[in-house]
Amino acid sequence: MKMFSRLIIRALALLVCVLFAEPLLAQQAPIKIGVGEALSGGLAGGGKAALLTYQIWQEEINARGGLLGRKVEFVYYDDQSNPATVPGIYSKLLDIDKVDLVISGYATVPVVAAMPVIIAHKKTFLAYYALDANAQFKYDRYFTMQPSGPNPQSAFSAGYFNLAASITPKPQTIAIVGADAEFGQIAMAGAREHAKENGFKIVYDQSYPPATVDFTSIVRSIKVLNPDLVYIASYPPDSAGMLRAIYEVGLTAKLLGGGFVGLQFAALKQQFGYQLNNVICFDYYAPEPTMKFAGVDEFLVKYRARAVAAGVDVLGLYIPPYAYAQMQILEQTVKAVGGFDDAKMAEHLHKTTFKTIVGDIKFGRYGEWESPRIITVQYQNIKGNDVQQFIESGKQVILDPPQFKSGTLRVPFTPTKQ
Amino acid sequence: MVNPELLFNALLTGLFLGGFYAAVSVGITIAFGMLDIVNIAHPAFIMLGAFVEFYLNSNFGIDPLLASLIAIPPAFLVGRLLYKIYYYAFERHGEESLQGLAFFFGILFIVEVGLLLVFGVDYRFVEADYIRKTIEFGYISLPLRLVVPMIVGLAMVAAIYFFTSRTFLGRAILAVSQDPGALRFVGGNPMRVKEIAFGLSIATAVVAGALLIIIQPVEPSLGREYIGRVFAICVLGGMTSLGGTVLASIIVGITEALTTTFGGPSWAPAVAFGLLIFALVVRPQGIFGR
Repeated sequence: MKMFSRLIIRALALLVCVLFAEPLLAQQAPIKIGVGEALSGGLAGGGKAALLTYQIWQEEINARGGLLGRKVEFVYYDDQSNPATVPGIYSKLLDIDKVDLVISGYATVPVVAAMPVIIAHKKTFLAYYALDANAQFKYDRYFTMQPSGPNPQSAFSAGYFNLAASITPKPQTIAIVGADAEFGQIAMAGAREHAKENGFKIVYDQSYPPATVDFTSIVRSIKVLNPDLVYIASYPPDSAGMLRAIYEVGLTAKLLGGGFVGLQFAALKQQFGYQLNNVICFDYYAPEPTMKFAGVDEFLVKYRARAVAAGVDVLGLYIPPYAYAQMQILEQTVKAVGGFDDAKMAEHLHKTTFKTIVGDIKFGRYGEWESPRIITVQYQNIKGNDVQQFIESGKQVILDPPQFKSGTLRVPFTPTKQ
Repeated sequence: MVNPELLFNALLTGLFLGGFYAAVSVGITIAFGMLDIVNIAHPAFIMLGAFVEFYLNSNFGIDPLLASLIAIPPAFLVGRLLYKIYYYAFERHGEESLQGLAFFFGILFIVEVGLLLVFGVDYRFVEADYIRKTIEFGYISLPLRLVVPMIVGLAMVAAIYFFTSRTFLGRAILAVSQDPGALRFVGGNPMRVKEIAFGLSIATAVVAGALLIIIQPVEPSLGREYIGRVFAICVLGGMTSLGGTVLASIIVGITEALTTTFGGPSWAPAVAFGLLIFALVVRPQGIFGR
């Protein structure tokens, strides 16, 4: 009998341990955030910079005790800048790795590729730098760190055309050229809309395939038409090729640029240096006095201290501030809802104005920003090829929108001799 | 009425590109055309060459073309070593077709990831006096960024042609591409000859890398965009023919430039590869193939 009682007591003790162990273990398990990021391929310059930013945020939040009392860790895979890999990556993250949260990798094409998997799993998805990625899906749990506003196609080039319209005498003709890829096509479509609205005659309207080696023929074809305006929507290697060809052929225009992706990165800023003077480009953040948001300078100091060793963009002006803001928003949302319920997270993301290192952000109906905030800059006063000068204000002068304007437009663009 | 300025400049641009494509493709002509080795990793070695030249240029101020000359001997030795591994692992057992192809795919990814780990993901470029200069004659402009790679590319192919047609070892390479057994009869060692030839093909890759980084900034995975082009040019040229490689490269370059100028850039690859298909239908062995 005594032995039987002891057996019962031991069995009960074991049962109690099992019942309490599981939640205890779960409390200690880290929060896993899944991401498919471009760590190789053409988009890796942005992807690796974003990953470094996530790591900085992760260290900060874990030092503060974690999120909801739990450490945070990232589960990430390289999408090789190849959209074909993305659905598989996110399926693995969600079905096998069983991550708690998912965010997107860099750029429009991979984000669009991820959407079907995200929608099928009904996940809340915080993306970044994806232009109009939700236009066809109209998914109500998609949110993006792309300050394009509710009409991304139009907003992307709006600043360029606002500046064009302000030139006197009024420009008459425009050449539009861009990459044969999702981003390029969307940007060019928006440019065509604006050209029509402003009464600019489109004299050249072509796209080029991504594997184009040399752009001399394209630029020469534009030059013979002598357009007043030249709008270019290109990816980094193409932006470099275009600018080189522009200098070799001697193309001039009242306004040139608009949609150069790549000029935001330190590598091309350093390569072209003074040759960027008077080029117009979109951007999301510039170190101008009108964009002094709380926390952004401190973050950039931390990022730059690690950028060289990590082999990423040494300036960190393009991707990192918004990638950090992305994690700030995720953190604020998870804390507000007290967990990872996707419906509650989406509801919170829709109704809240978030305070971040890139200012206040409020999302609209389909996850785009409620108001556009793409800035249009003109490179001015660039001397030589020293990349550190771009940390100072006065080199990427903001001309649009008016609330961030920090200088005046200089026309025309002509190839600059050093 | 065709604009003469556009026409002449497009023809010149096509010629410049053709010379560059010849440099990029000649290594495949040797490896694939002559040695029957499907070295799909050849563009990765071009990138490796480009990054070696970037390293020497940015750290020691060495001109990229001079840097490529410095890189040739070690590249040649790497190529020889690679062939030895390929031979003992696959070719000797008759498994070169599928397993050999997988081997070179693996080499491609190893080289690419290695470059990523060492150099990072940013676009890299070189500096040289001639890169930003353009010579102008009236409405004809000659950007040295394109002229220099063309001249060097064609000079390299000419040197290889001279080597294969005028030297004993060079003729042995041509012989092994035609009939390894016959070469053995006359006392040659086919494996040794192929080893040297493969080393030569990798050496051409590092020179092509210098030309590439002069033309445009590079990042580790850029080589993948050249895989289709280099094999297409080799096939169009006639597989073993160096002259065919040059002519095919120029045809592709001019076709791309003319289409870009007069038809629209989107059509350029379609027209160039359409021409390849047409040429192979009319002459399946390629331009100078036997």
